[in-house]
Amino acid sequence: MADVLAVAEVTDGALKSVSREVVSAARGIADVLGCAVEAAVCAGSEEVGGVAEGLAALAAQGADRVAGIEAAGWEPGRVDVSAAALAGHIRGRGHAVVVFAATGPGRDLAPRVAAKLGRPLLTDVTGVEVDGGEIVATRPVFAGKALARVRVKGTPALLSIRPNVFAVEDSPREVVSDVVSADAAERPDGYRVRGFEASEGAALDVSEAEIVVSGGRGMQDPSNWHVLADLRDALGETAALGASRAVVDAGWRPHAEQVGQTGKTVTPKLYFAMAISGAIQHLAGMRTSGVIVAVNRDADAPIFGVADYGIVGDVFQVAPRLAEAIRELRGD
Amino acid sequence: MNITVCVKRVPDTEARIRISSGGADIERDGVKYVLSPYDEFAVEAALQLVEGAGGGQAAAGPAPLAGGAGTAAGDGRVTLVSFGPEATKESLRAGLALGAHRAVLLRGEPGMDGWATARVLASELEGGDADLVLFGIKAVDDDQQQVGPMVAELLGRPCATSVAAIDVDGGVATCRRAVEGGQEVVELDLPAVVTVTKGRYEPRYASLRGIMMAKRKPLVEKEAPAVEAGLVVERLDLPPARPEGRIVGEGAEAVPELVRLLREEAKVL
Ligand SMILES: Cc1cc2nc3c(=O)[nH]c(=O)nc-3n(C[C@H](O)[C@H](O)[C@H](O)COP(=O)(O)OP(=O)(O)OC[C@H]3O[C@@H](n4cnc5c(N)ncnc54)[C@H](O)[C@@H]3O)c2cc1C
Ligand SMILES: Nc1ncnc2c1ncn2[C@@H]1O[C@H](COP(=O)(O)O)[C@@H](O)[C@H]1O
Repeated sequence: MADVLAVAEVTDGALKSVSREVVSAARGIADVLGCAVEAAVCAGSEEVGGVAEGLAALAAQGADRVAGIEAAGWEPGRVDVSAAALAGHIRGRGHAVVVFAATGPGRDLAPRVAAKLGRPLLTDVTGVEVDGGEIVATRPVFAGKALARVRVKGTPALLSIRPNVFAVEDSPREVVSDVVSADAAERPDGYRVRGFEASEGAALDVSEAEIVVSGGRGMQDPSNWHVLADLRDALGETAALGASRAVVDAGWRPHAEQVGQTGKTVTPKLYFAMAISGAIQHLAGMRTSGVIVAVNRDADAPIFGVADYGIVGDVFQVAPRLAEAIRELRGD
Repeated sequence: MNITVCVKRVPDTEARIRISSGGADIERDGVKYVLSPYDEFAVEAALQLVEGAGGGQAAAGPAPLAGGAGTAAGDGRVTLVSFGPEATKESLRAGLALGAHRAVLLRGEPGMDGWATARVLASELEGGDADLVLFGIKAVDDDQQQVGPMVAELLGRPCATSVAAIDVDGGVATCRRAVEGGQEVVELDLPAVVTVTKGRYEPRYASLRGIMMAKRKPLVEKEAPAVEAGLVVERLDLPPARPEGRIVGEGAEAVPELVRLLREEAKVL
């Protein structure tokens, strides 16, 4: 039986935590199909050995085999090289199912691989099952206003899973760690990475954060954002800042933080909507969050219609108190 | 410079979604349609690039190109291409009113399978003279975020996704990509494919003159080639309603109770 491939993600040599979700999802599928799970990532000749070793940690979630795919010409950001190498690897090993993460890099990579293989791709899947040997997945459409159940015809079945939705399950096994080389020649020329400019304080992308603290126009001025940044800091390293479109359009916050139909779709375990009214386009991006907390001084704000817990009040009084109470709880 | 922009007509972002009686589609009646918001950014990017290259009027900020479209003197052209039903013509006319020079409608019903859509679009783009083919980063209906890079593979052209700003100079497009933690700068050799996100481009409004001119611009209609879809939508459901929330209290006094609930009831702290 052909394997299920889990496409892992590594940044600066470190395995990204979403990779464990990808392997868990792949393990669930493989258990039904009765096959093995391979986890893989592309890297250059220099780093591929280290990368393959790092991937071995995925044995905890049920990877039977991990592979560093060595691709000539690879360097950070070279999605064109990764796509060609990965497609070659999949063709060579004849995987039945390939699971990507629907992260920024995953969304850039997966469609290229799919096209090279001449196969359709289901993006941003939130549920998956195997029915009659075929993958049937659930994914939000119309910005989360409906859920589609979609069957994938033919093999390999390619899908990407939404971060923070699939549980990381322990299913430890002995793992075989390998370096394989793949031919990355089959790609268009003329793609060059010229540089990267980090934006301050955005280490964790809002779409991958476990906790999101979003601010809206009710924050009144960009200089007030320290109030939310402090709450985020109190919540720890897995928390990130988000924003409504109103504040992004006003230039108070970068578009990278925008949550909603024309921003990011987020599914954190805990979402704070601070001084956000709750317009339909905002809800589209965050209504599938685990627990939603809203703070708004208007008791009739639509955000309270989706919030699990609400406080009616002034954000400038509530937010600092909240940060303080959370710090007390955590004992620091 | 010639630029082709692929645009999709989608339900308005405010639209209420109801499931059709068949259960595998939405109720289309009474739904207002718009150009997908990211496609508007892509159209704006195309207009600014062609204006800057002397395709129409001088690149005088947001001044509508619409008036100058007819005087483009073959210097540069923005073409819109859409795969969609007959009614998509309205959206294409709206794009022509903004300043695009010509439009092509590939008549058919696009589905969930972006690979099928990509093949339909590539059949039109293949062998074309576009230096750049632009896409929105995603269409806000199926939200698959894939058609642009798939078309690029079919055409064998380099492709940058999630691009906030494009500068073209001497056969090279410099693209600023909005990525995790910052911006990545990528250079593409033309001809190339780019998917556009929110960034530099603020969509313009159509002028009255633009709307009048649009009526006389070429809008070519063809039957879309038949391609087989590999994804079958079996069912659509409305998302489960969220359990009734509660107002914990008013003002800062409510904070201790909120924290207790998050810890003991919701178990998220
Ligand atoms: C095509 C399209 C796409 C869109 N995409 C998005 C999207 O992706 N994301 C998005 O967010 N929006 C999107 N929108 C915009 C959306 O319709 C709303 O305009 C926007 O979400 C409003 O942002 P807001 O809640 O911050 O501001 P407002 O609606 O102005 O709400 C501010 C809130 O703050 C409260 N407030 C004020 N002062 C205080 C205080 N001191 N303490 C507590 N509360 C206070 C007010 O009661 C109010 O509820 C889109 C719109 C369109 C047309
Ligand atoms: N039916 C279509 N006709 C024209 N362009 C399309 C169509 N579907 C998708 N696109 C383009 O591809 C982009 C990404 O769409 P998607 O991959 O469906 O999210 C859109 O923003 C459009 O630019």
